[in-house]
Amino acid sequence: MNSHLSPAIELRGTSKTFRTPSGGLHTAVRDLDLVVGRGEFVAVVGPTGCGKSTTLTLISGLEEPTRGEVLVDGEPVRGIGDTVGFVFQQDAVFPWRTVLSNVMAGPRFRGVPKAEARQRAREWLARVGLAAFEDRYPHQLSGGQRKRVALAATFVNDPGILLMDEPFSALDVQTRALMSDELLELWSGTGASVVFVTHDLEESIALADKVVVMTAGPATVKEVFEIDLPRPRRVESVRLEPRFIEIYREIWSSLGEEVRITRERGAADAA
Amino acid sequence: MPPETVHAPVAVVKSGARADRSRERARAARRRRLLVFGARVLLLVGLLGLWEGLARAEVIDPFNFSMPSRIWDQMSQWALNGTPQGPLWEQIWCTLYEALLGWVIGVLAGVVLGIALGRVRFLADVLGPYIKVLNALPRIVLAPIFLIGFGLGPASKVASAVVLVFFPVFFNAFQGAREVDRNLVANSRILGASNRQVTLQVVIPSATSWIFTSLHVSFGFALIGAIVGEYLGATKGLGLLVSASQGTFNAAGVYAAMVILALVALVAEGLLAFLEKRLFRWKPADSSDGR
Repeated sequence: MNSHLSPAIELRGTSKTFRTPSGGLHTAVRDLDLVVGRGEFVAVVGPTGCGKSTTLTLISGLEEPTRGEVLVDGEPVRGIGDTVGFVFQQDAVFPWRTVLSNVMAGPRFRGVPKAEARQRAREWLARVGLAAFEDRYPHQLSGGQRKRVALAATFVNDPGILLMDEPFSALDVQTRALMSDELLELWSGTGASVVFVTHDLEESIALADKVVVMTAGPATVKEVFEIDLPRPRRVESVRLEPRFIEIYREIWSSLGEEVRITRERGAADAA
Repeated sequence: MPPETVHAPVAVVKSGARADRSRERARAARRRRLLVFGARVLLLVGLLGLWEGLARAEVIDPFNFSMPSRIWDQMSQWALNGTPQGPLWEQIWCTLYEALLGWVIGVLAGVVLGIALGRVRFLADVLGPYIKVLNALPRIVLAPIFLIGFGLGPASKVASAVVLVFFPVFFNAFQGAREVDRNLVANSRILGASNRQVTLQVVIPSATSWIFTSLHVSFGFALIGAIVGEYLGATKGLGLLVSASQGTFNAAGVYAAMVILALVALVAEGLLAFLEKRLFRWKPADSSDGR
């Protein structure tokens, strides 16, 4: 890590307030302080609906903070930066484009000539194991394959910052483990800084260098845990190691409380 | 006994049975198609026969309601000897030309304005109420005004086709542009798309299925606009045939023009369906079947 350079992402006292359709104000994120070092893989866990995704939209520039600052590479975020990659929870592939054309979309939007874009797209398709599927349309693929297309379409832009919003939550358990391994492999060559939002604690420990636990909404950072498991990791085997279980227990004692608060609030709302 | 020896013949029998069954299923599907087609033809023949019979027996008045044989005679006479206004194909072409031109202009205007208003909030807020009011007007009454303004030629018919076609296309394009998956827009912006690229490469493709539903309806409207325009005053066209037949109390002529129109509309619909199939290759097959 380069200590003389500013961190990849820095949030300082950031808050985000939305106006709800009924006219009220909803604070999704409050006084958020977060630092992500260069090349660091940070997982953000928290109870469902606490405002984790809002954090990502603030970093990406899709939304602006109501208060506080968001810095990427030491510069305040203004609009969508071109170093950012974003993998969404839902399928965000273009259904009317073929697999190859989907992966080419990013470079083409950015003005890369067609031939070069095609070549780069083919490389990434090969890396995610979809070389044979380049002429298919998304509806002809499985959920896991569509996610691979989304990964390739993101990585082909060579993002310095990779934001992932529960990217694998819609997949079945086996596919999810497989995709996690694949993600680690794809990421290891790029040196990108990652913020990976999830509500799955196991997934976050298996993937990340650092796990950030958020409070029940409005979200703010509760605690940060360093994950000292050695890399390269295999998701399926790492979760059986005693150290993993130790870390899991430690973080859960912090996260579990927030989950309980959220659940009780939900019950109170329903009543 | 090793299990494989028992297994193998079973597998053979199974796959044989499967092939049989799929052949059986194909045959059943073919039979069903034939049955549907046969029933359709039977229904048409039955209705026409009933009409003819009742008219000949003078249960219904053939002067008002004509009868299929007379309509057929009228059509073949027009086709072979020409109409009072000139050859039949010229009348058909004239109406089709006016309808097509009006349709294309109306569709283009509707799509462009619909997408623009769907994308630009300010435009939608300013123009929204006016468009609603215009849509509530019975626009077909504009046809006489167009006739006064543009004369007896095709221009007045094209204009009335345009005002009929524009609104359904506009509303569908507007809705389509509004209902674009927000995830998809966010994703394309992250991938580096400019506003223009979002409109051209994300909004318009996702709105096409909305727009296409309106194209089917609106071609019918274009034909109505052209026919009504011709009926009110023209030198050529199927609408003029209708009004001329009416002037000579020739009910068969009115019906004959209607039949010709129906055939024209059917062919146009077929072409549109073909185009749609080509354009929507990316859609899962079951959803396009269900429409």
